[in-house]
Amino acid sequence: MIKVNGRDREWEENLTVDLLLKKCKYSFPLIIVKVNGKYIPKEKYKDTLIKDNDDVQVIHSIAGG
Amino acid sequence: MFKENEESKKILTSFKFEPGKVEKGYTDRRLYINLSENKIKEKPIDPRVKEAFTGGRGYGIWYLWQAVSNRTKWNDPENEIIFCTGPICGITQYSGTGKTHIVSLSPETATVNDNNVGGYFAPFLKFSGWDLLEIQGKAKQDVIIFIDGNQGKVIIEEATGLNSDTYLLIEKLIERYADNEKDRRNISIVSSGKGAENTNLGILNVSWYDSRRKHIRVKQAGRGGTGSVFRNKKILAIVIKYSGVNANSNNVANPELIRKAGQRITREILKLDHIQNGMREIGTVNLLDHMQNYNCLPVHNFKFGSHPDAFKIDSKVWHQRMTQNQAGDSCWIGCNLRCSHGVDNFELETGPLKGERVLVDGPEYETTAGFGGNCGCFDPDFVLEANFYCDNYGLDTIGVSTTMAFLMECYENNIINKEITEGLELNFGNTKAALELIHQMAEGKGFGKIAGLGVRQIKKILVEKYGADEQFLQDIGMECKGMEFSEYVTKESLAQQGGYGIANKGPQHDESWLIFMDQVNNQIPTFEDKAEALHYFPLFRTWFSIVGLCKLPWNDIEPEDNKQKYHGIEAAKVPEHVENYCWLFEGVTGKRLTPEELILQSERVHNLQRLFNLRMGFGTREYDKIPYRAMGPVTVEEYELHKEFYDQQLQEIADFDIKTKTVEEKIKTLRKYREEQYQKLCDAVYNRRGWDTNGVPTLETIKRLKIDFPEVLEVVKKYQL
Repeated sequence: MIKVNGRDREWEENLTVDLLLKKCKYSFPLIIVKVNGKYIPKEKYKDTLIKDNDDVQVIHSIAGG
Repeated sequence: MFKENEESKKILTSFKFEPGKVEKGYTDRRLYINLSENKIKEKPIDPRVKEAFTGGRGYGIWYLWQAVSNRTKWNDPENEIIFCTGPICGITQYSGTGKTHIVSLSPETATVNDNNVGGYFAPFLKFSGWDLLEIQGKAKQDVIIFIDGNQGKVIIEEATGLNSDTYLLIEKLIERYADNEKDRRNISIVSSGKGAENTNLGILNVSWYDSRRKHIRVKQAGRGGTGSVFRNKKILAIVIKYSGVNANSNNVANPELIRKAGQRITREILKLDHIQNGMREIGTVNLLDHMQNYNCLPVHNFKFGSHPDAFKIDSKVWHQRMTQNQAGDSCWIGCNLRCSHGVDNFELETGPLKGERVLVDGPEYETTAGFGGNCGCFDPDFVLEANFYCDNYGLDTIGVSTTMAFLMECYENNIINKEITEGLELNFGNTKAALELIHQMAEGKGFGKIAGLGVRQIKKILVEKYGADEQFLQDIGMECKGMEFSEYVTKESLAQQGGYGIANKGPQHDESWLIFMDQVNNQIPTFEDKAEALHYFPLFRTWFSIVGLCKLPWNDIEPEDNKQKYHGIEAAKVPEHVENYCWLFEGVTGKRLTPEELILQSERVHNLQRLFNLRMGFGTREYDKIPYRAMGPVTVEEYELHKEFYDQQLQEIADFDIKTKTVEEKIKTLRKYREEQYQKLCDAVYNRRGWDTNGVPTLETIKRLKIDFPEVLEVVKKYQL
């Protein structure tokens, strides 16, 4: 199990940041990703593996109405 | 372009004044017009009012309070429409400083309403010498109010025989009042249309001249029916003319601070907008894709949050349809965000202007989401046609589309039928019927007469006249305080439910927009977190309206490293932009302002507006209730679509095995839980805001804010627990 924005989510093997964003349908282009508090730059989304019990933050920088 | 009508005009009165003298962003005087008595006067701004309420909407609410009693109705002559400026209004070195803020009693909510709108009107008004324009009374025949800011002259003239519809009217008026082509840019016109005459959903259009296109453009003051007040007063148009805007028209205290803030925001916009929100390319409609992807796009009267056909009206479509790289898309001088896009050369297919090729001002996100998603009409040509005619008729695209979506759901549930709609087949997605209904609303004919009343009054009619199920209509009729919801699905964001329900004027997103912070980012998980957000953000947004600013350059563009330098709610505040605003205020007025003092300025105005509601017989807890559709699934269809999600939530909160329950039973249990959550949120928000458990500002709060004027205390004391 991992945490995504404080909510529980099933973990799976070979889960990268890139794959997680797809599974969560997080398509918004302006996001900041942190894994266990560490900032992950966009170019490393495909290479960064998420481990079981990791705490992932995906902060959307959207202004809204 | 359009056919002309026979017109006659007669000057009713005129008034001479000393042309504008702006000192550190203020003129300290207001222009008062009484249309019943044909009187025009100069009135001062009381220094105590300036100290307490800063300017703009703060002044507007205070002077409206003085003008009306607790018995005044929106269509009584004593109701006023007040056009407000604000100290920062008109600064040309910073983006988004041209907003006009408007205050009046609303036909929809029966209490104080506020609007904000682009265009050149407010800066011209201030540079002509007026912080406010206050209009009371009611003319006998249609009138045009003409203000010449350079000559120091106001004229009220009777003008019969002119079509009130905006695009037809303003083309004629600019020709009449401009000396030549170059002079057109010195004119701004406030107008409305026949839709405002015949419905409660009237808007004001405020213009500027797009020199590049050689076309007059408009933005809308949309919510609450201010246009209906305007036409009820028989105002056909207000025309203001002013030439001579320069970099220091505000006679500011410290130009260096303004330059510093201006350069910082301009650099960010030019460097980052195309990779952030693309405001310069398509404006606010960029939101549509994101709302669809995150299940927040209203579909079929807010039943659902997305639709497979949404791609037909998404950003890519509008990028192609909107004419790109137009300098004239800035609705005030110096705005680099330049979000007022338009679709040129659009051929109308219905209505009185059928076959004409027109410039459509828009569409914005709300219009597209409302007509496209909420009414299930995923057709860009329909959205454009509805957009154009609503603007032309002076109708609010949000109010109309939310009302129409409600009627469509009623039609599909056989609550209304073809007999009641006089032949209109109001199914979701029926673009032809939807357009016909807009024309009928504007004309005040057929079923349009009922539709134009707005959701709250329609519900009453359907229950009393047609025996509809009152509870069901209450659940699906998306209005609060009498105003229709704007276009976001809030079922999974408790904070935004509060953002809509507790908002002073009704469920409009300009007071707060917390959906992503809450629902997606989960940055405000507890009641206390949500209450803090519902304290800070509505107050921060209120500030724009008291100093004369547009909200968009605050957070529709962000410094590149904002989310890395700052975290959580702090990042959402965009601290460097807050700093810009403090510099701007000090730069203009000479008074130092901390971020905390900025919030305090807003808090005074925000509380005064809550107290105004109270004075008019509203403003307590019961009026903050929202329809259940805004909180959760009303129907089996809605529940079934997200069954897994709802079942999981129920499993966590229910003390029974949900597998043994029917969907109806599950809906009932979920509803009880969610309604309780909403009430707990209200408790937390009231507490954070210094209000009692009934939602009334306490005496202590009023005194802390130093707004304990005798007339204010008199209202508060009646409600002390």
